[in-house]
Amino acid sequence: MALESKFSEVAENKFYSLAYHRFLSEKKLMGSKCKKCGHICVPPQPICPKCQGSELELVEMKGKGKLVAYTVIAVAPPLMVEEGFDREHHYCSGVVELEEGARVTARILGVDLARPEQIKIGTPVTVEYVEAMHGGENKTLLAFRASS
Amino acid sequence: MVQKKRKLGRGVAIVGAGLSKFGVYPKGVKTTDLFVEAYNELKESVDKGFAPKDIDAFYLGNISSDLFERQVHIAPATASRIGLIPIPTVRFEDACAASGVAFREAVIAIASGIYDIVLVGGTEKMTNLDTSHVTEVLAAALDPDSEVLAGETFPGIYATIATAHMAKYGTTVEDFMRVGIKNHHNGGLNPKAHFDVSIPEFMKRRAASAAKKGLPEPHWADEMDFLHDPAQNPIIGWPMRLFDCSTICDGASAVLLVAEDIAKDFTDKPIYVIGTGQASDYYIAEREDITSIKGSKLAAKEAYEMADVGPQDIKLAEVHDCFTIAEILAMEDLGFYKPGEAAKAIREGEDRLDGKLPINMDGGLKAKGHPIGASGVGMIVEVFKQMREEAGPRQVKKKDVSLGLMHNVGAHGSTVVVNIFERR
Repeated sequence: MALESKFSEVAENKFYSLAYHRFLSEKKLMGSKCKKCGHICVPPQPICPKCQGSELELVEMKGKGKLVAYTVIAVAPPLMVEEGFDREHHYCSGVVELEEGARVTARILGVDLARPEQIKIGTPVTVEYVEAMHGGENKTLLAFRASS
Repeated sequence: MVQKKRKLGRGVAIVGAGLSKFGVYPKGVKTTDLFVEAYNELKESVDKGFAPKDIDAFYLGNISSDLFERQVHIAPATASRIGLIPIPTVRFEDACAASGVAFREAVIAIASGIYDIVLVGGTEKMTNLDTSHVTEVLAAALDPDSEVLAGETFPGIYATIATAHMAKYGTTVEDFMRVGIKNHHNGGLNPKAHFDVSIPEFMKRRAASAAKKGLPEPHWADEMDFLHDPAQNPIIGWPMRLFDCSTICDGASAVLLVAEDIAKDFTDKPIYVIGTGQASDYYIAEREDITSIKGSKLAAKEAYEMADVGPQDIKLAEVHDCFTIAEILAMEDLGFYKPGEAAKAIREGEDRLDGKLPINMDGGLKAKGHPIGASGVGMIVEVFKQMREEAGPRQVKKKDVSLGLMHNVGAHGSTVVVNIFERR
């Protein structure tokens, strides 16, 4: 096998982050599911963290879940400053537990940023995809919107 | 995971310790320069002296001179500043556990019989960058595919853990504030601290500065009232406010580790390393429970078993309070208190210098400062001083200081190291 095609085969590996982000840009949230123990990871992992099994399949998440922990951030890193967030414009990040059982850290939309103490753990959330420019490149990012 | 009880091949002891002043050094002061400060103090601290040419190896914790200063290969660069060439030098990078891990690896190297004397330290020059870019460097220890793109920051990640802890145990923002008040009290007694200022002293200074500017003099009923004032204590990542966060600063730390059988050649009061443990973990979403740091529990278990002691035996501890919630988690994960019960002990003052189990006697990362790569060994420097009863005004009140512990966390608990010390 030519070296170049070996590289592209590695890059195409569906459990690597390149594929995860490509699916996100198609508005699909993908996880890995272990064929041995059924454990699901989002983003996908190439080897199961629960049983170390290496027989995994890529599965699409329904995109429904609940909020298990969160924060409302005022001091943002450059990535978020580029998107217009700062000490006056806060945003929420949190950990979501999906119906499939996997947990993922993502942006949380549809919550009252002025009253962070009122945000409820357990709030049902639905996946939403956010478009943002990072360094002149358009990116599709994972978010969840709280149901009102 | 291998469950066998691990033992050191031979005993290891600390015979000297040094710390630079923690704080904001001018631009142009280098990562390597800071270590010279710590090393010079270490040299003075070795009671019977030592010959630098006898040092077998140099282990240095440093997280990101690469990104902070565009300098790589920092270990030999630092060794050349203190005349230690040509001994082996190694740089350890395990996020904020860098020098804690360097220390543990030095213990293992001496216990193996390969080396007799190892200089271990940490150094970090963070303040060349502005806060937003420092935040970015720190966040580079998070998961790039999920946490970073979610806009998470280090205060944000610990704040996220805090909301889970609050929901499960009823921990309050006031509990977090009490940790900060205690650590600033201790920091006020530590001339090496970045903020050697208690909260009441902060209140006085802020009032004086307002008066000087001709502004109406602010009034706060007490420390808690001051910490509830958003003008004084703004939110960084709710529920973590400014005074819940460790400081971005510059600093270096160093200890001299030797084989137990030669320890008395250097001092009559060596502090022995009797247990060490380390563990790793996934990013937070992949953890079953985010109200505790599992790596802390595993590292502590290994260290306690090796030392043949339990959490109830520990007389004083330096724990990783990068954020106030982190100190609460540590108190529970290290087994000092049951899950959800650390806040009660804090309310009752058990963690103070005159309490049952003094914690972060030097002001912790909160007040002493958190020059990330230097922090782990910085904690060991304090344990060494306290156990030798050389800590001056912040010396713990209790008489029995025979057993101490240090706990150092990398990132959000993806690395944790615990070391246990004995005075004989």
